[in-house]
Amino acid sequence: MILSFDIIILIFLIVAAIISLNVKDLLSSAMIFGIYGFLICLLWAEMGAVDVAFTEATVGAGVSTVLFIATILNTRRRSSD
Amino acid sequence: MNPKIFASIAVVITGIVLLYGIADFPTFGDPRSPANSGVEGGAPSTSLYYINESYGDTKVPNLVTSVLADYRGYDTMFETVVVFAAGIAIFAILRCVGKDDGAVISAPTKNSIDGDHNRIIVGMTCRIAVPVVQIFALYVVAHGHHSPGGGFQGGVMLGASFILIALAGNLDDALGRFSEKSYMALASLGILIYAGFGVLPQVLGKNFLDYGVLQKILLTDGPEMARSHSMLGVEIGVALTVMSIMFAIFANLSSRGTLKGGL
Amino acid sequence: MVEFFLNTVKPHFNFWVYVILMMIGLWSLIAKNNLIKKMMGLAIFQSAIILFYVSIGVKDGATIPVLEHYGDYAEKAVPAGPDVSATESSPAPAASNPADAFANPVPHVLMLTAIVVGVATLGVALALCEMIFKEFDTLEEDELLRKIKALHDDA
Repeated sequence: MILSFDIIILIFLIVAAIISLNVKDLLSSAMIFGIYGFLICLLWAEMGAVDVAFTEATVGAGVSTVLFIATILNTRRRSSD
Repeated sequence: MNPKIFASIAVVITGIVLLYGIADFPTFGDPRSPANSGVEGGAPSTSLYYINESYGDTKVPNLVTSVLADYRGYDTMFETVVVFAAGIAIFAILRCVGKDDGAVISAPTKNSIDGDHNRIIVGMTCRIAVPVVQIFALYVVAHGHHSPGGGFQGGVMLGASFILIALAGNLDDALGRFSEKSYMALASLGILIYAGFGVLPQVLGKNFLDYGVLQKILLTDGPEMARSHSMLGVEIGVALTVMSIMFAIFANLSSRGTLKGGL
Repeated sequence: MVEFFLNTVKPHFNFWVYVILMMIGLWSLIAKNNLIKKMMGLAIFQSAIILFYVSIGVKDGATIPVLEHYGDYAEKAVPAGPDVSATESSPAPAASNPADAFANPVPHVLMLTAIVVGVATLGVALALCEMIFKEFDTLEEDELLRKIKALHDDA
């Protein structure tokens, strides 16, 4: 529960979320979504929720990003907005 | 109207309503908030019971595992069923047997890594990393009682090790080690194990998922150790199902249902 | 203005950030054109909700919800936890509870289920996106609506 750490990670989270949704190349968007997942895992580990952090690191930042990349490579890679 | 204008109006109104509701929340990190210690003069919070009594009831030091697999085991069983149902849904949506789209991503033609200079680094790293990941995943499943971990985390790591084999080489490499029949059978077996641990106390005359009566079968000297061992059993069931379904989702998504080509 | 900031925002600053994250996800779910971006917005929305729940169970100065020295608990002794009354503004503390040494485990349990169910539904959503692409050869919402309308006008 370190206050300054919380504030910095939360600002990074908002920046990562906004960038991931505005980039036109979908592969980069999936990468930044993976970064978002790892930052949230860090935030939970700092809050004392270690089981949740473990699950988010494997499921959210690992498997979820891989599923997005698998879908993007089977469909179009550029998006119009 | 234009979706962006409508979205902005909806988001601003929802945001203002939510922020207005936040003003009444207890301070962040307060140990005396109603969720953490109950209302003054009213009922205490259930988390106090779990923190104080769960070691005496189940002899498992990890509070999250004991609440997840024993006190709220019914929830966890249906969560596993939801994961299995998602795997079945993807199978029903995407899987087409025998038809060839022609829209398959080009896969490397040779299966062996030696001599193929493009894949030698990734291939050798995968060969070294996959056994380590799988042993660590088995450790996480088995050690869920004493450290952060448990069935879900270990199961996803096992599935991720097979996804690593598929990413470093062909999808056929991974399917040769973990075929479609195997993963469908293992997914069903995981849920049967969990439901079996639930029905067995009913056969012995008590409630569904009441692990304490299994001391007659597991031959322990008290209901607490029977609960601890049954928790390990259901975690193994959960790990089997989650491992199979994570790999199934990836295999179907990356080959668009045909299981022939792949990333 | 400053006192509004100090009294309203500062004790709940991270709840404000979670609401902002939720609204970013919700806006992208409605307004974005590409189906994959909509799914990413949905995933961001889900993780903001899970963040909100887990932060309800945080206690100042508490450790992770795993018991160590659990031999003490067999005899129901009081564990060596932090001194609750020594932290900053604890309003009128009652008898300092030995359970305050551990974070609240109940939100963690509920959110473990939520994360796994979230990824399962994400898998189904991406499978539907692939089938839509196979049928219509595009993933942009306005082109999809045009093609579906053309199908209906022909048939």
